[in-house]
Amino acid sequence: MEQTPILECRNLCISYDTRGGEIPAVIDFNLKVMPGQGVGIVGESGCGKSTVALAIMQYLGSNGYIKSGEIFFHGRDMRTMSEEELRALRGSKIAMIYQEPMASLNPSMKIGDQLAEVPLYHEDVTRSEAMSRALELLEAVKLPDPKRIMNSYPHQISGGQQQRVVIAMALLSKPDLLLLDEPTTALDVTVERGIVELVKEISAEFGTSMIYISHNLGLILDTCDRVTVMYSGEAVEDGTVNEVFDAMKHPYTSGLFASIPLPGADKNERPLVPIPGQLPLPHQRPKGCFFGPRCAFFTDGVCNTDKVDMRPVPGDEGHRVRCARFEEIDWSEGDHEAVTVKSVKSGKIVLDVKNMKKYYEIRSSSIFAMIRGDAVKTVKANENINFNAREAETVAIVGESGCGKSTFAKVLMGLEEATDGEVILNGEDLAHVSVQKRKARTVGHLQMVFQNPFDTLNPSHSVGSQIARVIRKFGVEKEPEKVREKVNELLDLVKLPRDFAHRRPRQLSGGQKQRIGIARAFAGNPAVVVADEPVSALDVSVQAAVTGLLTEIQNDLRSTLLFISHDLSVVRYLSDRVVVMYLGHIVEQGTTDEVFSPPYHPYTEALLSAVPIADTSVEQKQIILKGDIPSAVNPPPGCPFQTRCPRKIGSICETEMPPVKELSPGHTILCHLEDDELNAMEPVIVMHDEEKTASAS
Amino acid sequence: MTAEVQNNDDAPSAIGKFFKSIGLLRESPIAVFGLALILFWVILAILAPVLPLYDPNAPLEPFKFPLSEARDGGLYWLGTDHKGRDILSRVIFGAQQVLIWATMATLVAYIVGMLMGVVAGYLGGWWDEVISFVSNVLLSFPVIVLYIIIITYLGATGFNIVLAVTFASAPGIMRIVRGLVLDLRTRDYIFAAQTRGESSIYIMLVELLPNARGPLIVDACLRLGYTTITIAMLGYLGLGLPPPDPDWGKMIAETQPLGSFAGHMAIVPAAAISSLVLGFNLLADGLREISMRD
Amino acid sequence: MLILASRRFLSMALIMVIVSFTLFAIFESDKLAVAGKVLGPYSNTEQRELWLEQNGYNEPFLERYITWVGNALTGDFGYSIQYKSPVSEVLWPRLGNTAILAGLYMLFMIPLSLTLGVIAGMKEGSVQDRVVSVGSVLTTSVPEFASATFFSAIFVFWLGWLPGTSAMTSGFSWAEIFLPVFVLVMYGFGYTTRMTRASMAEVMTSHYIRTAVLKGIPYRRVIMRHALRNALIAPFTVIILQLNWLLSGVIVVEVFFAYKGFGKLLLDAALFGDIFVIEACTLVAVFVAVFSQFISDIGYTLLNPRIRFT
Repeated sequence: MEQTPILECRNLCISYDTRGGEIPAVIDFNLKVMPGQGVGIVGESGCGKSTVALAIMQYLGSNGYIKSGEIFFHGRDMRTMSEEELRALRGSKIAMIYQEPMASLNPSMKIGDQLAEVPLYHEDVTRSEAMSRALELLEAVKLPDPKRIMNSYPHQISGGQQQRVVIAMALLSKPDLLLLDEPTTALDVTVERGIVELVKEISAEFGTSMIYISHNLGLILDTCDRVTVMYSGEAVEDGTVNEVFDAMKHPYTSGLFASIPLPGADKNERPLVPIPGQLPLPHQRPKGCFFGPRCAFFTDGVCNTDKVDMRPVPGDEGHRVRCARFEEIDWSEGDHEAVTVKSVKSGKIVLDVKNMKKYYEIRSSSIFAMIRGDAVKTVKANENINFNAREAETVAIVGESGCGKSTFAKVLMGLEEATDGEVILNGEDLAHVSVQKRKARTVGHLQMVFQNPFDTLNPSHSVGSQIARVIRKFGVEKEPEKVREKVNELLDLVKLPRDFAHRRPRQLSGGQKQRIGIARAFAGNPAVVVADEPVSALDVSVQAAVTGLLTEIQNDLRSTLLFISHDLSVVRYLSDRVVVMYLGHIVEQGTTDEVFSPPYHPYTEALLSAVPIADTSVEQKQIILKGDIPSAVNPPPGCPFQTRCPRKIGSICETEMPPVKELSPGHTILCHLEDDELNAMEPVIVMHDEEKTASAS
Repeated sequence: MTAEVQNNDDAPSAIGKFFKSIGLLRESPIAVFGLALILFWVILAILAPVLPLYDPNAPLEPFKFPLSEARDGGLYWLGTDHKGRDILSRVIFGAQQVLIWATMATLVAYIVGMLMGVVAGYLGGWWDEVISFVSNVLLSFPVIVLYIIIITYLGATGFNIVLAVTFASAPGIMRIVRGLVLDLRTRDYIFAAQTRGESSIYIMLVELLPNARGPLIVDACLRLGYTTITIAMLGYLGLGLPPPDPDWGKMIAETQPLGSFAGHMAIVPAAAISSLVLGFNLLADGLREISMRD
Repeated sequence: MLILASRRFLSMALIMVIVSFTLFAIFESDKLAVAGKVLGPYSNTEQRELWLEQNGYNEPFLERYITWVGNALTGDFGYSIQYKSPVSEVLWPRLGNTAILAGLYMLFMIPLSLTLGVIAGMKEGSVQDRVVSVGSVLTTSVPEFASATFFSAIFVFWLGWLPGTSAMTSGFSWAEIFLPVFVLVMYGFGYTTRMTRASMAEVMTSHYIRTAVLKGIPYRRVIMRHALRNALIAPFTVIILQLNWLLSGVIVVEVFFAYKGFGKLLLDAALFGDIFVIEACTLVAVFVAVFSQFISDIGYTLLNPRIRFT
């Protein structure tokens, strides 16, 4: 029964040499992958999970090296292999799939040639055999029109298709082990779902073992048998997916689960619990347990003395934990500071958008287009946008790339003028008033929190001066003394120390920058704050804290929050109402409960099914959308969703724009489906656990 | 150049910042060596009037080799030229000329090029079309032709050299700045400035340009070196500043035919130019390396 | 592709029109000055006006410009004041000489700088990289007139191996062309080398090179098939655009070594005030520059599939 593992890492330590000295990236790491097994490595950015993958491939760059420990592949130590032996292994026995499919493919080589290289250099085949193998694999990864793709360059196909090409490339030599490093992070949710299904199917079919690296617990649950949780270069917990997800024994793992919005979470009844503090930098790791300073169960003299080792959980040898006190911890004790949010009654309508349209004209500069007379193309970025938002209410705008949510934000903020319709803020129509023409007060009343924390602050100016500028600009305060006071108040508001005013943005962590971004948005006592994916670029454990802060301030000031996101879990957690957009259209809107339970718009249904959920008690209906999101430049005729819709009725979907159906007051969908079909829909997300279901509804 | 425009909430640290950046230089020996070469010439040029030097234009004793004794008991450290002028003195006063005009010309070219670039990159549309086209027309002139036309048409004065260098360099600078701005303008902090209704001028000067400074400082160093070469080359070709002020390029041109028996007359100014340009290039190289590391 | 070429061609033509018009306006809008240049400083106003009348200068400005352009297109650039012969007779042989110089320069510079750049960029921070990088900074810091001074001092005056001038009075001579080309290559190769190095280094750290290595193909093929193609796109444009400032070096070298080329012709004409020669030389120089830009644009598009198919 005892099999040799495909891959085994023993006490692996990996370091990088920098000018500042040696930086240990991975410490004392153990991993065993059995044939056919899927092993997940999960952790936040900088925890060393990608370094492990590159070490397995023996590709650590010029300054990275394996300091100690061994990596066995089929029982052979890879460190003793020659360059030529490694080459023969790479791409044929071990293959890798990368995070950025576009960057991973050679831009100036045809896809067919790039694929054919694999068999050409690993097997004794002719060029035409290699090409036909490549074609077969492109069919196997379900790419449409594989012959055309063979002859294309990478930039000519979409991101999802590129990732399928990379997968095909990895599978060409039927590897024993497949390494997947965040393979879907750069893709849209519905496209991600397709890729994940493909990976699962193919690994089952070929019997390939997998190491799946991700920050997303939901994806790990979906794809893996075992999981290793990493924190700051160390594995902190290791076990089967069920052990780790349901009976976690490390405070970091449990903190991670408490800080992500699961279907059972609700901002009023079961609030998220952020992990306090932040990830230590590699050279600032504390003595003893690296998680100690952030841990609620930290005990002086136990956790900060000796290096903590991985120990098996009594009675379960396969489940190992790196915690000195895990036997003593009483998990029922809720010691963390929870993000509590009071339930707030929403007030009068603050923002009212009526029949808003935004069309762009793009000029094609080709002579042929000019001759044909279609040099000017109209892109309908927003079409008939109708919705409103009330005081103190949180309205989520959900959609994937190209759905028009960014365009909508631009029109709202006055950076673009609406083509038609009205955008009424507190009784004033702003649809055709550019931001420069708006009154300082109006501008201050409508502010934004941006997506990318690394971009949101100007790196050339101090944090304080940037907040001060906003205060002066909105006419909140004028005198230098008062302005300084107000800066301090705002820093207090976002729970940052006052001396941060003198810091430069580069001295702040991502979460801290995002807090400054929030302070800036709330400087002018805004009526409406637009938050464009405010936490999607942050680490999971920080997300909860920032989200909590944002809603807390919003509630206190009774501002309206327009929360733009693609992440349905967060949306469900914090919004009162939801607007779902697809290709410039609102396809469904209603209260959160209405949108998240049937009847759905088929797109909403697919989105719900695509969200990875890190909860073993949840069962999701599988709806996999074909293909990719069409380009807004060439939208399909009829219903915008018809090209991918699994519930398409027939030709009516291809020719006629569906009507806006009001299912109940305020709950509308844009669909041709008849009422009886809509009513027959079943919920996508079902929770098995009785107790959880009860608390969620 | 634009650092002054930003909010001065942290003005006291400006001096500290300067010292910090000097300290940063220590990380690159190449940059330190380059800076030393430049400072060597800058200090000599500044001290030129007070150093015990002969008048650079006075005809003393012709054809003296380096280290020969002068009639008045002094020493011709680097010898004298065919007209009997002290070479050391001419090289040092020549440094003054070349440093002043190279800096002036590069500065003016930079201001013009930067403004053009930031406007073309940020405002886009017609601004971009027009500025880019004008730049393309200017770039299509081989630089030397541009110099020859401007200088033969307008005359060889310091001002015209500045003008000619501006015409020749500003389009290149504009392209670099435009490229940087096209990248920077997609950042969220620019979006944030727009959404709070800042004027375009404020965004260009306060939000955009300071963030482009890294690559621009490196480029400016390279360009200073190149302008030095240009000014010396114009002198060499007889298109430089009018006599009698010493000019490194002209010194080479005048004494080059005498190379067979008095090589030092041309070699000394040639070495002077090369060392100064090397200083600029090494500093640029070192700065680039430092900026890549962080 | 054809569309792109024709658009580039149009903009090239437009630039030529603007340049020629500016040139004509600068040198020939003041008719009397032109006559003065042609007839010499001692001619009187009547003589000058007579000359203007005889040479059709009393036509409207625009008409004169069109005639001038028409003549230039057929190879008639007027009459050189300095050489007392048609400009074209002086121009073409000189241009031929410079073409030899520039051609030899390219012949040595391109392989040298591409090889050095690729070797340096293959392993960033390695010894070969350091040597090449520092070496190219050193050589680009020594302008042509300085290095010509140094090399003449060594090879001509000290060692006596080579002649100090390259007038080619007794026909073409390899010994005489050596130093001019050597000086040009010394100054010129550094820029392309550094460009190639930077481009290669960037490609080597790219993800698709990682993909290529991790797909297990031999290192040689990774370099030859995956890296070079992408790394050489940028240097290609640089090399062609170099023609534009190569002319400065060419003038210096031609003056220094008394080589009878196009650059020296232009400079002499400028110093003498030989306006028709200046005009002719400028037109030719700008044409070469614009045309090389055209070639570079087209070549860039051909090399770069990301632009070719969109």
